[in-house]
Amino acid sequence: MNWIVRNLWLIPALPLFAAGISALAKQKNRALAAGLAIGSMGISFLLALCAFAHVLALRSGGQATQQVFNFPWFQFGNDWLSLGWVLNPLTAVMLVMVTFVGLLIFIFSVGYMEHDENFTRFFCFLALFASAMLGVIISNSLLLLFMCWEIVGLTSYLLIGFWYFKPSAAAAAKKAFITTRIGDLPFFLGIVWLYSQTGTLLFYNGGAGCLEPTAIAHLLSQTTTIGIGVATGIALLIFCGAIGKSGQFPLHVWLPDAMEGPTPVSALIHAATMVAAGVFLVARVYPLMSAHGGVAGILTTSTALQAVTWIGAITALFGSLVAVAQFDIKRILAYSTVSQLGYMMMGLGVGGVAVGMFHLITHAFFKALLFLGAGSIIHGCSGEQDIRKMGGIRKLMPITFATYAVAMLALCGFPLFSGFWSKDEILHAAHHWNISQLPYYMGAFAALLTAFYMTRQVFYVFAGSSRLTQESTDASHADPHAHAADHHHSSGAIHESPAVMTVPLALLSVFALLLGFFGTPAWPWFQSFLDDSPLALNFGAFGEGGILPVMLISSLIVFLGLGLGWYFYGRRPIVSAEAPDAVGKLSPPIFTVLGHAFYFDALYGATFIRLNTLLSKISDWLDRWVWNGAVKTITSLVFGFAHLDNFLDTHVVNSGFDEGCESVSLSGQILSRLQAGRVQGYLKIVAGALIVFTILLLWKARA
Amino acid sequence: MSPLSGYLLLSAFLFSIGLAGALTRRNAILVLIGIELMLNAANLNFIAFWRYGPHPEALTGVMFAIFSISVAAAEAAVGLSIILAVYRHSRTTNLDQLNSMKG
Repeated sequence: MNWIVRNLWLIPALPLFAAGISALAKQKNRALAAGLAIGSMGISFLLALCAFAHVLALRSGGQATQQVFNFPWFQFGNDWLSLGWVLNPLTAVMLVMVTFVGLLIFIFSVGYMEHDENFTRFFCFLALFASAMLGVIISNSLLLLFMCWEIVGLTSYLLIGFWYFKPSAAAAAKKAFITTRIGDLPFFLGIVWLYSQTGTLLFYNGGAGCLEPTAIAHLLSQTTTIGIGVATGIALLIFCGAIGKSGQFPLHVWLPDAMEGPTPVSALIHAATMVAAGVFLVARVYPLMSAHGGVAGILTTSTALQAVTWIGAITALFGSLVAVAQFDIKRILAYSTVSQLGYMMMGLGVGGVAVGMFHLITHAFFKALLFLGAGSIIHGCSGEQDIRKMGGIRKLMPITFATYAVAMLALCGFPLFSGFWSKDEILHAAHHWNISQLPYYMGAFAALLTAFYMTRQVFYVFAGSSRLTQESTDASHADPHAHAADHHHSSGAIHESPAVMTVPLALLSVFALLLGFFGTPAWPWFQSFLDDSPLALNFGAFGEGGILPVMLISSLIVFLGLGLGWYFYGRRPIVSAEAPDAVGKLSPPIFTVLGHAFYFDALYGATFIRLNTLLSKISDWLDRWVWNGAVKTITSLVFGFAHLDNFLDTHVVNSGFDEGCESVSLSGQILSRLQAGRVQGYLKIVAGALIVFTILLLWKARA
Repeated sequence: MSPLSGYLLLSAFLFSIGLAGALTRRNAILVLIGIELMLNAANLNFIAFWRYGPHPEALTGVMFAIFSISVAAAEAAVGLSIILAVYRHSRTTNLDQLNSMKG
């Protein structure tokens, strides 16, 4: 076995080590914490490249590209619980993506967080997050994956609530944690069920793993009492975890609120990596997800994959609809992320691992770039996040504008940009889905909206002249970042960000531009790498299977979206921050509904949270009156007994005892008088006794 | 009056003097002297009973008296050293003041 496979654990272990050291470091050791985090991430990146090269070498050598390393962890009963890691194309691709994007975001954070006094803590959390995320990627055991998964959730909580003194950030952190927990509970049930059925949680274990044909066949042969197959049941439960983590409908509510965290966190965790963990999970357990009882050879889709597709399609449409009516630059991107995650899920459902994962990888680059660009803008505008108050930034921040434009076009799916190839592939797969055409239309409409809302945002932010007034900068003092930035740049003027922030932007934009060419229909290197299928350069592929029409249609859709965006927002420059939104004027009620994200928060507040509050009130009442009453009754009974006991003790037992004690002590006093301590006194008694005895003797002798 | 009775009376007289001395004197050394007198009265009895007893040819009475005298000497030595120790401890030999043995 190769060196890199045996030592794959080093990749997550290094950032963990860095996190541990910087957790012990003092608050002022800023350079140490940042250096450790970036250094460990850099080495992890190199190791990830080694792993990637190893897989490539195996592939070109014609060997199996999947290698696992398992080890027993502990024993319970007669079974050994094993953990392990797996190196296959999926792992290699994700490793390189996470370490590279993570590294760039770490470097960016040095600039973004430079005024924050908790700089050290921030890097400690970031490194811990990276470690857990890499753990999720390499683990070959559902249990190990779940453990890392939960650490990822924890660091997400810690980083969203990084500015915990802001009540909104603290609330958002709690919301994110609890909402993802709701998804994790079914996930955990699924794990337990899977273990009880197959007796192992290892994915691949030389034929005995739970994703290998024996176990899948065993799962398929069984049916639950309510009629669905055991395999479907387990797959759906595991998918619940992915719904929570990836912000899928209906558990999407936490992701927009998670934007309360620092912007690099939004880029790293809530755009590029962590939210993609749910998609990755589905891809990882794909053999289980796609298992169906149909006859081999006939094209059918498993129930679980249908659920994945529908959830993904609904989420994609929902996210893009809501993003149209947002005004916070980060919230637009957050809803866009929700929408794109829906795309990935849909891609997994309709097209398989390669389709969904391709979009995941390209999205990770351009969405991280968008968030970092937004961070750069927020940094430059002294913490302002409302796009209505921005404007004219193109001239003031040229590098940021250029990279942002690249990422925006990639997200829209502008032809030849990376997002174009990956999104198009999903639409193409959806077009050929054998169940229904509806997801295709939903996806296409979402693509139109995506192009539209990104154009809207770009025109708001970059075009025209600045609407950033002094009052708005003052008003934004509540934002701690704004405060820190203002403190440093007392003028508050818009400025380009330092090189430590713009260089990562430039690097990411190169990838956002070019990455798509690894997965074009003519040269599907990425797909063949993941699926382990032969690869050939074939320009004729554009003409086959209706690819070209779909591609043309989606290009038209993008141009339509861009044109509509220009029509509404670009034709006339936006002059006032108070002017109503151009689309909002068309139908204010609908715009309001969209602006409130279909009132999902209010709906949950009125139903689940109110129900929960009611239940807790009932519990409180029961606790206060019923259980507490019972406890109090027992307490007073015990008190009564205690008082009775006390009485008996004092007046019955004690008095008898006291009497005995007194008589003993009295006799002692009397006897002690005899022992006066005068030796002659004792002698006198002896002499007296002698005399008495002598007299007695004489008396007897006479008688 | 037989010689035995005379010795016994003398011995009783000696014993009474010794007893009176031991009981009445406040000085510890004089009490010790009284005790010696009582011991010697007992020795006199031993000798008298032996001399006028049924077997005056065996030397049992003398042996007994010599033992008793040597034991008395040892006892006097121990007693005097105790008195010295007590004196050093409490700077007195007055028995009325030495009552630390009381209960």
